[in-house]
Amino acid sequence: MDSFRSKIIPVTTILVGVVAIWYVFAVILNAPFQRDLDQRANETPGAVEFIGKTLSQPKPTLPAPHQVAVNFFQNTFLRSVTSNRSLIYNAWVTLSSTLLGFAFGTALGIVIAVGIVHVATLDCSLMPWIIASQTIPILAVAPMIIVVLAAIGITGLIPKALISTYLSFFPVAVGMVKGLRSPELMHLDLMHTYNASASQTFWKLRVPASVPFLFTSMKVAVAASLVGAIVGELPTGAVAGIGAKLLAGAYYSQSIDIWSALVAGSVVAALLVMVVGIAGRLVDRAMGGRPA
Amino acid sequence: MIWLKPSWQAVLAILLCLVAFALGAMSKPEAAALAEPAATIAYPYMDTKGLILALLLIAALVSTVRLAPLVEGVVLFVGAHIAAWLLIKGIGGFEGTALAPYFLALAAAWLLAWRCVGLLSSLRPAANGAKTALRLVIPAIFGAWILIIWEAVTRGAGIPFILLPPPSAIGARIANSLPILGSDVRQTIFKAVLIGYIVGSFAGFIVAILADRVPFLRRGLLPIGNMVSALPIIGVAPIMVMWFGFDWPSKAAVVIIMTFFPMLVNTVAGLAASGHMERDLMRTYASGYWPTLLKLRLPAAMPFIFNALKINSTLALIGAIVAEFFGTPVVGMGFRISTEVGRMNIDMVWAEIAVAALAGSVFYGVVALVERAVTFWHPSVRGG
Amino acid sequence: MSGQSPAVVSASKLGLTFQTNDGPVQALSNVDLTIGKGEFVSFIGPSGCGKTTLLRVIADLEKPTAGAISVNGMTPEQARESRAYGYVFQAAALFPWRTIERNVALPLEIIGLSKAEQADRIKRTMELVNLSGFEKKYPWQLSGGMQQRASIARALAFDADLLLMDEPFGALDEIVRDHLNEQLLSLWDRTNKTICFVTHSIPEAVYLSTRIVVMSPRPGRVTDIIESTLSRKRPLDIRETPEFLAIAARVRDGLRAGHSYED
Repeated sequence: MDSFRSKIIPVTTILVGVVAIWYVFAVILNAPFQRDLDQRANETPGAVEFIGKTLSQPKPTLPAPHQVAVNFFQNTFLRSVTSNRSLIYNAWVTLSSTLLGFAFGTALGIVIAVGIVHVATLDCSLMPWIIASQTIPILAVAPMIIVVLAAIGITGLIPKALISTYLSFFPVAVGMVKGLRSPELMHLDLMHTYNASASQTFWKLRVPASVPFLFTSMKVAVAASLVGAIVGELPTGAVAGIGAKLLAGAYYSQSIDIWSALVAGSVVAALLVMVVGIAGRLVDRAMGGRPA
Repeated sequence: MIWLKPSWQAVLAILLCLVAFALGAMSKPEAAALAEPAATIAYPYMDTKGLILALLLIAALVSTVRLAPLVEGVVLFVGAHIAAWLLIKGIGGFEGTALAPYFLALAAAWLLAWRCVGLLSSLRPAANGAKTALRLVIPAIFGAWILIIWEAVTRGAGIPFILLPPPSAIGARIANSLPILGSDVRQTIFKAVLIGYIVGSFAGFIVAILADRVPFLRRGLLPIGNMVSALPIIGVAPIMVMWFGFDWPSKAAVVIIMTFFPMLVNTVAGLAASGHMERDLMRTYASGYWPTLLKLRLPAAMPFIFNALKINSTLALIGAIVAEFFGTPVVGMGFRISTEVGRMNIDMVWAEIAVAALAGSVFYGVVALVERAVTFWHPSVRGG
Repeated sequence: MSGQSPAVVSASKLGLTFQTNDGPVQALSNVDLTIGKGEFVSFIGPSGCGKTTLLRVIADLEKPTAGAISVNGMTPEQARESRAYGYVFQAAALFPWRTIERNVALPLEIIGLSKAEQADRIKRTMELVNLSGFEKKYPWQLSGGMQQRASIARALAFDADLLLMDEPFGALDEIVRDHLNEQLLSLWDRTNKTICFVTHSIPEAVYLSTRIVVMSPRPGRVTDIIESTLSRKRPLDIRETPEFLAIAARVRDGLRAGHSYED
């Protein structure tokens, strides 16, 4: 609890500082346009009135925090969830493909890791490519996957989920390989003295030892999965989803919309990572881990 | 039968060859020619069909005999790859006409290559050079077979070009459009990625030192930095494009934001990584903050800093390319990908992706090499 | 007491209480101690008796909460800032990115000696610990015993008169330890340094020391101080003599009197 308190004051202070700087920049960045407007309208507002105006432009260069907050609130809580302007609706569209891709990616990553740990051929031949695949800017493939799959009639959830799968399998595979190999030599020797079969060693030693690694890498994977889903919505001019909101905002210079979509994406990301973290802690506790 | 040592791959390959032989025609033209022996219909593998199947059969049979692993490996390697080469070469001009035996032969060749890789990865050579060679050859064969199967299947089954072009077509495309690819690389990598990467990583490093000096800042920044690394930062791309225009500065800005936080978090963690005993030691020397930082804590933090540099090398490329989806001048890798996708020039897209992959690997490789030189002492590098 | 020689370390009514989550822990209580120049003093006792804490207080790595302590007539902090002592830890704590030579040079760089002087000191101390020829090696290329010797060389490099050693040979096997004990004694004999040596081995303490400080836990305190009657020149087989065994027996009695063998 103490460490919690020692964090919360600095964190809040810095966040307040960020908001303050944000306001200052909002005034500075929006001022030239506002001055232009005032000049055309032949107005000479006082300083306070001028600052007030810079913070309430409809399409500001940098929207003020409260503008984003109001927009976020309206589009989240005041719209019906079925409206395509509702952030909850758009977040749900993105979330569904994120989750589908994350589930596939995690399963694929685990299968690959088990293969690599148990089959020497795969370890030698596949592992280098898996590592190399991480250095490739895979998101660049996203538009092609979407368009090509659309060309053969697959649209909607699946193509986006495929991108999420690709992005999320990697951290899980690498983390699981590390986890399945984490038992110490002494423990492996112990299993050897029991003449335990490979599957017994696997289930009784390797799997329990790998669980913390699995959840750590799943946290990374779920965040990557969300990025994949958002980027997957960009190239097709998708009609719904957080990526689509970003793109629409960019087309129509609706800066407030972009920011509130960004906030929505961040909230979803934070929630996803938190859920995986809590699941990890629950599993850890169920397995008799020491409460940290 | 002490001199026999059949592997399941070899046995399966022999079975596949026999089935392929029994089924007869490798392609539709051949089937037509067989149906009308009188007509002179040109068909693939007029002369090489027997050779392909024989090669595979012989290689598979030889491999079941107890031989030195290296000899067996070479026989399998030669048999599988010549057969695969003949298969791919022969289908030229008859794309999309392949029948089941074609794919069976391909599968047999692949099984033999698998067996070959299995043999090689079970080798434990004493010499260091041989070890390094094996470490390179095994993944190379694996990678080559991804390309072989890709090429053979796309051409044999006649998969539409816009769906998945064969690697040879992508290679040709790269060779034919080097100037365009070059200018895209210059725009995206040498301007946006490198500048953003250097500025972002450096800024993260400086702020980390600052946070280290001011504990209050560290306690506040670290949780925020950790959280931000999970957020879809790439979403700031449209905002940056609105602020800094279509050209590379907006992309560099996205890259700066994306690379800043990993560097911050990792450097702060690295600065805390030096041991208690080592820090007490510096204290007994009455060493001040800066000497301790330079002589102990920064060297100890190097593995963490390079970890961030490696993560950032990937992030920077992704950031710059995706940011280009939101608007660019008419040059750049992301621009090319999104427009060529629109025009259904899928081979050009693949060419661009291949270049991006190459650039990403080179970038990562260079950072990894520098890391090996700088952190030579770390157990993970010196092989402890 | 070592008579007229000026006190290198002098503590009176020294106490140190740590505040922990389970309430205050008295690590040191009422320690009175004077260490004269050229002495070899061992601190012995079970774990938790405060022997390491006492050494860390002398080195200004911990601040006492009661009583007074002076090192070379100064406060420990002033002594540390004037680089009055060398400290050897339980582990070698060499920097893996520096060669042995550069490790030994570390304190010299911080003090700000010239390159020529550094080279001179390095050569001298490397000879002192018998590591000549290993200057260009990295720590991980040496055995544990050699690493610990290198760390002793590092502590000797800037020629402080006081050497503080915290179980320096605790992690080494007995054969290596015997060897290093012998070398340490001869080094002490040649350089006439004052050495404070923490250990939990009775033979080691008796073999090395001119005085043995026996300590007890809960609260950490000094229960006995035993003067050694052994001469300065001590071959390894002195450990089989009745004189040696008698001193060892006294140390054991002192530990028992402090309830060190309970639980």
